[in-house]
Amino acid sequence: MPGTDDLQKAQRFREAALPHLDDVYTLARYLLRDASDAEDAVQECYLRALKHFDSYRGPAIKPWLFAILRNVCNAEYARRAHRPSAIEDTPGAAEQTPIWQESEASPETEVLRSRDAGAIRKLIETLAEPFKETFVLREINNLSYREIAEAIGAPVGTVMSRLARARAMLRAAWTAEEEHSR
Amino acid sequence: MTCDEARILLHALLDNELDAGHAREVEGHIAGCPDCAAEFAAQREMQRVLTDTNLRYTAPASLRSRIEASLPQAQRQQPSRRSVLRGFAMGSAVSALAATGIVALVLRQDDQQRILSEVVSAHLRSLQAGHLTDVVSTDQHTVKPWFNGKLDVAPPVIDLTAQGFTLVGGRLDYIDARAIGAVVYKRRQHVVNLFVSQTSSSEHRPPKTQTMQGFNCRRWGERGLNFWAVSDIGADELAEFVDKFEAAMKANVEG
Ligand SMILES: [Zn+2]
Repeated sequence: MPGTDDLQKAQRFREAALPHLDDVYTLARYLLRDASDAEDAVQECYLRALKHFDSYRGPAIKPWLFAILRNVCNAEYARRAHRPSAIEDTPGAAEQTPIWQESEASPETEVLRSRDAGAIRKLIETLAEPFKETFVLREINNLSYREIAEAIGAPVGTVMSRLARARAMLRAAWTAEEEHSR
Repeated sequence: MTCDEARILLHALLDNELDAGHAREVEGHIAGCPDCAAEFAAQREMQRVLTDTNLRYTAPASLRSRIEASLPQAQRQQPSRRSVLRGFAMGSAVSALAATGIVALVLRQDDQQRILSEVVSAHLRSLQAGHLTDVVSTDQHTVKPWFNGKLDVAPPVIDLTAQGFTLVGGRLDYIDARAIGAVVYKRRQHVVNLFVSQTSSSEHRPPKTQTMQGFNCRRWGERGLNFWAVSDIGADELAEFVDKFEAAMKANVEG
């Protein structure tokens, strides 16, 4: 039977952290490129966050949750690196190939292609780390530069240069895809 | 400013992260440098397309319930008055922490920006299926009492159907780690979320519109409350919403 303190802590945690579940899951999907690995990572992230909630001192909880998720994902990267077959077995492995090397688009679909959410998600997924996480935190999770710096434990100047690099890479990939489908 | 510097700083300009002085410097460089101007235009266009595209994922309901189940369980309860107060206390700790936190001199102080970003996130969350309203009613006399006891100060709920904004309900939301009331309106098929929070300051703050992630947000302060109206309707229509809301509030007070 949990004590009153535990219940109060759980309730505070629920109110503060659960509203950001979609944000945390979104980052996990982009980092891990696999739905079920992302689910596991998010669950682990919330377990760890609850455990360390006493040491959380604000102000914004999002960067703190993202920092925990990054640790979980890094452990997952390490696990994958030790079991190369695990990566090859994932259905997402084919996506390692940049999609702008495929050629299926007809000229009529060109405009649509450039705005299709699935295609853009894949372009973002193929960005190299650490540029991808900075890009996703800014453009999709909507964090300020300071919050990103807090989440990734790097100076704001690093955030700025990584973001510039990420956007340049994304635009290059995007342009290459459009030209290829032309 | 060199082109190398501009190629990095133009992103901070794009993200509205520069203070006024540095923003002017970057704009000055762009005005005189066709290469950087082209890069800026291309990046702005890409950001526009990205903003118009739904790139977020929604956590599966099964994941949410697994996490819920892993928390120490009491009876599910609404946020207590104490937890709301604790939320306010957490908010006031923000400035103290900002002072000790990461400081980059080129960036402006942005508590407002961060809260705006949370308001827009809350708006986005509300647009997902089943998240828009906790209480569904076009009747202000149903929506207003629903907030009582859930928040220290219930937000004002006014039916603006006659003025072209249909009341559809209310919701409890979270901004800056505190519980906050959201009153939901619709303009045609567009959702307008009106977030209301208590403030210690009773001063009048005139409405101001900012844009983030493609949404317009108009915020103002009145009668000891802070308001944020967020929607994808145009800035002029949102201003109209705020004007009509304030006019109706004044009529209520006087009548
Ligand atoms: Zn230049």
